[in-house]
Amino acid sequence: MDNPLIEFRDVTKRFGSLTVLEKVNLKIYEGEVTTIIGLSGGGKSVLLKHIIGLLQPDEGSILFRGQPLDQMSKKERYAALGRMSYMFQDNALFDSMTVYDNIALPLRETTRLKKAEIDRRVRARIEQTELIDAMYKYPSELSGGMQKRAALARALVIDPQIVLFDEPTSGQDPVRKNAILSMIAQYQRKFGFTAVLVSHEIPDVYFISNRILALYNRTIVFQGTVEELEDFDHPFKDEVIRSLEGLQQELTGLRSKRQFKIQYHASMKGGALGESFTIIIFTLEGLDSVISNLGHDAAQKAIHSTGLFIDKHFGPIGGFSTRVNAQQFVTMLPYSDQTEADALMVDFINEFQEEGIRGIQGEAVGKMGDGCVELVVLAGMAQGNLLEKIESVIECARDRQKEIGRITCDTQE
Amino acid sequence: MKLSAKIQKSFENGEPRRPGRLLTLPFALLGSTALNWVNHAGAAVIFLLLAIMRIPRARQLEKVIQQVYYIGARSMMIIMLVGLFTGMVLGLQSYHALVKVGAEGALGTLVALSLIRELGPVLTAIMITARAGSAITAEIGIQRISEQIDALDTMHIDPLRYLVSPRIAAAIISFPILTTLFDLIGILGSYVSGVWIMGANAGTYFYRVQSSVEMKDVTDGFVKAFVFAVIVATVCCYQGYFAHMRSESRGAKAVGLATTSAVVLSCVLILVSDYVVTSLLL
Repeated sequence: MDNPLIEFRDVTKRFGSLTVLEKVNLKIYEGEVTTIIGLSGGGKSVLLKHIIGLLQPDEGSILFRGQPLDQMSKKERYAALGRMSYMFQDNALFDSMTVYDNIALPLRETTRLKKAEIDRRVRARIEQTELIDAMYKYPSELSGGMQKRAALARALVIDPQIVLFDEPTSGQDPVRKNAILSMIAQYQRKFGFTAVLVSHEIPDVYFISNRILALYNRTIVFQGTVEELEDFDHPFKDEVIRSLEGLQQELTGLRSKRQFKIQYHASMKGGALGESFTIIIFTLEGLDSVISNLGHDAAQKAIHSTGLFIDKHFGPIGGFSTRVNAQQFVTMLPYSDQTEADALMVDFINEFQEEGIRGIQGEAVGKMGDGCVELVVLAGMAQGNLLEKIESVIECARDRQKEIGRITCDTQE
Repeated sequence: MKLSAKIQKSFENGEPRRPGRLLTLPFALLGSTALNWVNHAGAAVIFLLLAIMRIPRARQLEKVIQQVYYIGARSMMIIMLVGLFTGMVLGLQSYHALVKVGAEGALGTLVALSLIRELGPVLTAIMITARAGSAITAEIGIQRISEQIDALDTMHIDPLRYLVSPRIAAAIISFPILTTLFDLIGILGSYVSGVWIMGANAGTYFYRVQSSVEMKDVTDGFVKAFVFAVIVATVCCYQGYFAHMRSESRGAKAVGLATTSAVVLSCVLILVSDYVVTSLLL
């Protein structure tokens, strides 16, 4: 792996007699989305404030591209931290300024850009964060979600290389939470900055993260990919992840991945050897087009609507589903043979084309205005048995996906 | 907290009951309070110097003008009102006293010198503290507790340059101007009560004002106004800026306490420094 962009070496922080961080070691890599998870009051925000220099460690050192921050000259430090933005948990917007002025502030105060150029950049960010109607409003006149977006726009207006997000989704409804996370992921891909998030939103945050850092008992107990976290055996998993990860996913109402696995094992336990099950994969293709034409809310509503429809159809007949990544769902039908599954799938496709597409349009796409989108729904099915690994069955279903529905500009008309 | 309560608390905290501790504890508390004061005084002086160093920077003029409007222009009405009634009362009381010794002709001298040398700078400073100083502390304090000052730091905007320097510059500009306004309105107020109401001679009144006031009286008044401006702006900005570090409370309550402290401390320091400056100037 490359050299880390930011590295903590044995960092300890105390507030009076209270030790908040103790011998913390972590690495953050360039161009990745790294998420710090942990319980409330566990020191995640304190850790984030050390990265941007708002707090200094009592012991240990923080390295930026291998160089200790505390040994840098003022100029070097500015060069290191100058292109870093921070999005505060409570937004920290200036309440005596309009949204426009809040977003323009860092450009006005730290650059020598001309007024017209500042205006162009600010308006671009305002458009991207869907705040045009709120441009001249004060933060107190905005909803919580709009305030978050204004804070996000302010953090991104300087085209930062590193953006630190302190609980960017706190206090938001499920659709909005996922819209903000999706926005962060989209901008990260678009602008290529390094993102460090502090979040409680498990598992939603997994869908956008390259690496996870787990803060537990004042120190980092895990750092690695989401897949590696699955195999991580530590009390942190029982105490933190399971308490944060509900039995159901908030956005879709489907089972969480963990709950899906438990249900799968429970279903298979009583089955006889050779008994088969069916796995169906659903993919929403074109979510990026929905995001760019209709916004993040519309995309999340489309996911929400699809999840609800799948559950409504397969739930009553014993099937159970989960969302595996940002745009895919997996449904399992236990004790079902090929003929049975084929019949169920045909029923589903018919119903989906009659009602499901209308539902997605009505709830998400249609309500969001006149934008033109093309959203394709794919589905693939595969049979498995007790001797096969579920992952390979899922992979097989994924390869067999075919289009089962499409929302286009024509459909919208 | 009262001294007796502090002593009681120290015993409750399990501090050792050494012989004679009851006798030494008041001195220890007095000493720690004095050290605390010296610490804050030192910090406030450094705070002021750092803020002054940041006044002549790019993009500061617009902010200074904005603050002159908030601190100066918007305080004009209250200063004129207080100046008018102070002058009227002064005229009335002085006339009564001077008539007794047959010196009512000296009304103009008494009023003009009292206002220009003493009452004008002091009352103006106290009125601005009440009106603008408290607002400065509350505004900066709220910005501190709502992490807006931290946000400035993360945006690499120097909070001292952005928030404190323009206010100090604006106070230094506004105080002498408002003091002059206070003096002029006060002299007119005294004319209204002394000449129009009580019947003193108008010509004598203005002749005495003109002949008794020297340039040194005016410059001394300005020196005081300048000193008070620096004190009020520093104290009010400092209290707001460090509102989050108050040990007795947090959040909105800390901002409230900081505002109260700023106003009380400013008023006390205005009166103390008034004596010191007067004794140096005389």
